[in-house]
Amino acid sequence: MKHLYTWVGVLCVVASSVAGDVLISHAMKRVGDVGHVFRDHGFVAVARRMIANGRLWLGVFFMALSFFSLMMTLSWADVSLVAPAAASITFLGNAVAARFFLHERVDRRRWMAVLCVACGVVLIAK
Amino acid sequence: MSFRKLATLAGVVFFGSLGDVCLKHGMAEFPDITLANWPVLFHAIFAPKVALGIALLIGFFACYLSALSFADLTYVLPATSVGYIGMAFLARYFLHEQISIWRWLGILLITLGVGFVAGGPSLTDSREAAERVPETAGVDA
Repeated sequence: MKHLYTWVGVLCVVASSVAGDVLISHAMKRVGDVGHVFRDHGFVAVARRMIANGRLWLGVFFMALSFFSLMMTLSWADVSLVAPAAASITFLGNAVAARFFLHERVDRRRWMAVLCVACGVVLIAK
Repeated sequence: MSFRKLATLAGVVFFGSLGDVCLKHGMAEFPDITLANWPVLFHAIFAPKVALGIALLIGFFACYLSALSFADLTYVLPATSVGYIGMAFLARYFLHEQISIWRWLGILLITLGVGFVAGGPSLTDSREAAERVPETAGVDA
C-alpha cells in the first residue's frame, strides 16, 4: 500500500509541477523581462504587471500543490527515490508541455539536454 | 548572455539546492504524514529548519520567475540542473559520502545536458513560434 501511495504522490508532484511551470512561464513572458521592466518603469510596474496576471496566481497555486505533495510524499518514502523520480519525469513532462502549450522551439539539442538531465538525475540517486 | 542573466540562473541553482536540503532535514524530524494526520504539515511549516528551507525556496522562486521572464522553460530547467552536480560534490567533500561510478556517470550526463542547452539560444523567437502554430497565434493577446 505504501508503494502505491509513493507513486501516486510522485504523480501528483509531477502533474502539479508541470502545470505550475507552464502557467508561470506563460505569465512571465506576458510580464516581460523583469530586469528591463524594472530599469525602464520601476519596481511598482513590475509588481503591478505580475499581480494583475491571473495565470501567474494559478501557476503559484499549482506550485504550492506540488510543494505540499512533495512534503507529504517525502514523509513516507525515501528522498533518493522520490526526488529523482519526480525531477526526471517533470523534466520530460515540461519539455512536452512547453512544445505544445508554450510553442517553444524544442529542437534536437533541447531534447538531448532534457533526456541527458533526466537520465543523469536517476543515476545520481543510485 | 549578460552577467545579470547568469547571476539569476546561478541564484536559481544556489537557493534551490540549499532550500531542498534544509527542507529534507526539517521534515525528517516529523512522523510519516498521511491523509489521516495531514494537519501536521501546518505545524511543520513553523519548525526552524523547514522555515529556513521555505525562506530559501522563496529566494529560489524569485530568481526562477525572473529567469522565466527572459528565457524559455526548456532552457531554464536543464541550465539550472547544475544544482544536482553541486549537491553531489558537497556530499563528497563536506559530508564525506562515497560517490559511486553510477553517480559520476549521472554527473557526466547532467553536465552534457547543460552543455547542450548552453550552446543554443535561450529564447524562442515569438514570430517563429507564431508561424509554426498559426491557429493559436493571438489567442491570448
